[in-house]
Amino acid sequence: MNQWAFVIAAFAVTLVGVVSLLLWAFLSCRKAEGMAERLGRRR
Amino acid sequence: MHRFANPVRFLRLARPLTGWLLGLGAVLVGIGVYGALFVMPDDFLQGDTARILHIHVPAAWLGMGGWTGLAVCSLLQIVWRHPLAGVAARAIAPAGATFTFLCLATGSIWGRPTWGTWWEWDGRLTSMLVLLFLYFGYMALAAAEKERGPDARAAPIFGLVGALNLPIIHFSVQWWNTLHQGESIEITGTTIAPSLLWPIFFTLPGFSLLFAAAVLLRMRAELASAKVEASLRRTAAA
Repeated sequence: MNQWAFVIAAFAVTLVGVVSLLLWAFLSCRKAEGMAERLGRRR
Repeated sequence: MHRFANPVRFLRLARPLTGWLLGLGAVLVGIGVYGALFVMPDDFLQGDTARILHIHVPAAWLGMGGWTGLAVCSLLQIVWRHPLAGVAARAIAPAGATFTFLCLATGSIWGRPTWGTWWEWDGRLTSMLVLLFLYFGYMALAAAEKERGPDARAAPIFGLVGALNLPIIHFSVQWWNTLHQGESIEITGTTIAPSLLWPIFFTLPGFSLLFAAAVLLRMRAELASAKVEASLRRTAAA
């Protein structure tokens, strides 16, 4: 059994999971803060 | 701590801090992952799969640490009606769920070549799976009563009751002697050789900083959304 296939799979799953979490958090923050700023500017 | 209950004061600190947490976290994780993959020697029993533990263990600690933080925020929300406590608890939940899932996934990938099975209904694995379902339950409940703000009760009570699972996870390897190994790293010492252990001193703080960055980003998003909603309500009422 090639152990490196399991090692690479585990690190790849972690990379995808952490990057997805951070990207989702970043984009939701940018969208919400952008909307709040636009609304503030309009007032 | 009550000083930071003010969202304006909190945002003044959170905005510059997010970038630093992301940058430093990425550097530490990069060093730790490089060390785990290319520098540390393979284990004489487990071979190369021992490298997986440098991401599995931080994921497990952050999954459990996340719920600990969520429970503390729930307590603050119930007892002191801390305005940011509910926001923080709701922000912690998706990050905690992600790391709990990663702990289960990397553990399963490690288990196949080491134990000969992807999954076993062992005390530690099952209680971690329960933690993942608790996160899902909390997220659903918190989203359903988000409108109530600091008066919300069901989600923080769920957050406190769910903390009962944490000692079950911790002591599961002592109470039920099945497949999952006992504690290898404790406050008093470790049974792992330093040449195999050192990458975890980078991956653990690194992933913790990235976790904190994700929580701050979500808190900022929630506060901005609340501001927009309040403003739209005021406009509609005028």
